[in-house]
Amino acid sequence: MASPAPANSLRTGPDENGHFGIFGGRYVAETLMPLILDVEAAYTAAKLDPEFQREFEYYQKHYIGRPSPLYFAERLTDHFGGAKLYFKRDELNHTGAHKINNVIGQALLAKRMGKTKIIAETGAGQHGVATATACALFDMECEVFMGAVDVDRQKPNVDRMRLLGAKVHPVTSGSSTLKDAMNEALRYWVSKPDTHFYIIGTVAGPHPYPAMVRDFQSVIGIEAKAQMLEAEGRLPDTLVAAIGGGSNAMGLFHPFLDDTDVALIGVEAGGHGVDTDKHAASLTGGRPGVLHGNRTYLLQDDDGQIAEAHSISAGLDYPGIGPEHSWLHELGRVQYVSVTDDEALEAFALCTRKEGIIPALEPSHALAHVGKILGDLPKDHIVVMNLCGRGDKDVDAVIPKLEAKGLL
Amino acid sequence: MGAGVGRIDAKFASLRQEGRAGLGVFITAGDPDAATSAALLKGLPGAGADMVEFGMPFTDPMADGPAIQEASQRALRGGMTLKGTLALVKEFRQGNQDMPIILMGYYNPIYSYGVDAFLTDALDAGADGLIVVDLPPEEDNELCVPALKRDMAFIRLATPTTDDKRLPKVLTNTSGFVYYVAVAGITGSASASNDMITGAVERLKRHTDLPVCVGFGIKTPEQAADVAKVADGAIVGTAVVNAIKGSLDGDGGATATTVSDTLGFVKTLAAGVRGARA
Repeated sequence: MASPAPANSLRTGPDENGHFGIFGGRYVAETLMPLILDVEAAYTAAKLDPEFQREFEYYQKHYIGRPSPLYFAERLTDHFGGAKLYFKRDELNHTGAHKINNVIGQALLAKRMGKTKIIAETGAGQHGVATATACALFDMECEVFMGAVDVDRQKPNVDRMRLLGAKVHPVTSGSSTLKDAMNEALRYWVSKPDTHFYIIGTVAGPHPYPAMVRDFQSVIGIEAKAQMLEAEGRLPDTLVAAIGGGSNAMGLFHPFLDDTDVALIGVEAGGHGVDTDKHAASLTGGRPGVLHGNRTYLLQDDDGQIAEAHSISAGLDYPGIGPEHSWLHELGRVQYVSVTDDEALEAFALCTRKEGIIPALEPSHALAHVGKILGDLPKDHIVVMNLCGRGDKDVDAVIPKLEAKGLL
Repeated sequence: MGAGVGRIDAKFASLRQEGRAGLGVFITAGDPDAATSAALLKGLPGAGADMVEFGMPFTDPMADGPAIQEASQRALRGGMTLKGTLALVKEFRQGNQDMPIILMGYYNPIYSYGVDAFLTDALDAGADGLIVVDLPPEEDNELCVPALKRDMAFIRLATPTTDDKRLPKVLTNTSGFVYYVAVAGITGSASASNDMITGAVERLKRHTDLPVCVGFGIKTPEQAADVAKVADGAIVGTAVVNAIKGSLDGDGGATATTVSDTLGFVKTLAAGVRGARA
């Protein structure tokens, strides 16, 4: 049933300057401003162009393999003994994660703008692989910036990017992880303003990226809504998703923001624990600041210096979070929690054995939280968790840790 | 002589009287330690610098190349903070009322400090202007407008990507001078040609009466002299920071020659700038 948009809809942001409340914005060097204004103008035009939408939907269906299934995880439901658990299976997308949804959208935009050279940053390598894939498909040059630490711990993805024809630049500045890769990608972009398009992988960065990436990822939530209505004849009660920058969570949550009966839970990476200095939980352990073009919650010290994040998951190892999440956090519309490295590892092992699905470490965080709440919820309660990536990339890193814990 | 934007205006007025361009020197506060930074600041006017861009160290300097990134890291390792940076300015200002100090850096440490408190403390210390790289005109309400209300200059970067359509937006609310970034890119990158710089300065002068200083890619006294022929000032950062780095010991600590080597290099730049229009 079609209903008019509520007067105080939470889905209308950001404002014309890219602000979600006090968050978001365009905090970039003057050298970059003309570039992001170009991207914004091109994206605004593309959104209104039925041909762009048609092309985007074509690749979603025939190349990515959408819609991804909504799967009733029966054995895990039995295991936890409470609410019903569904997985949104975005790990079944081509390239194995939700990242490709956004990349195809931005690559089509770049093509429309006449840009043939692409830059990307990557943490776990999923966004890098997705970008390298789209560049092969659309015959574009691809350069991926990746922290040297992540190059080591996500080697299979580095190899995949190289196979796909991308050049991978290991970044050794700062902490050699995702935030530094993003610094380096921005530095590179300002030196190539005429020819290059920067495909940002998450709902962060200067406006219009947080809104644009969210729009491209919203297919996750739009599908989940329709699939749940078909499966259960009603909306779910709770949605759960892992958060690094927050793109898979925003993609799932955004179409549900005005469905106030649906509880939304974002799971941050708690690392060794949010009471230690080794975690990546920006909302739980940070405060508002300005980095990478937007105001958002950041891990930082008393002097406003950015702290190094820590997570077992390279994809969550980022000291910030998308600005729309910061806004939703302060509004209280989304509840943000955290789980530790160890809890995520246990969930990784559990999912593998109970469902025959090797999840990425990122959604393993979401599953760890699901495990904490599912048993206490009534049997007629429905939880949807975004299984946003598959774990093949994590196998090498995880096996010794599982062996050490006696889980293998 | 006024402080804040007044001190900058007075400096450019006096340079015009002398019939020459100025030399702006960038160093990072606390690189490699507070005492060395204090000695460098103190020595810069005598070495021929007309103005200092004093870098406020930041962990994630996204518009800077490796040299200035490393300078920030050395300073932070040495315990430098924004408060410490302002203390260095204050110490310098007690012995010098003439040389403008422009604080240059990124917004987050200022935002964390609190904009009002920062402006109060920076003016009290004797800083005259701000260059905050990640605050474009679109975010003027954050710091630019409050700074201008208190006569703290807000100096904007104009770049090769700032076209004629955008330039008026960049120049509105700019005071002190305009900093022309000669190459699209980060600090320490390749140098622009003289023709390109000349053309860019002429273009800026059509849009503003403010002095135009040029930076990014000026590495030698000769290049500084070339810029000084056509612009109101030449700003050298990476090359000076590299002079500091070249004098450090294996652990990145200052040595007996750090101050003299760096000031010696600044003297050669100053000679270039001063001889440019002779």
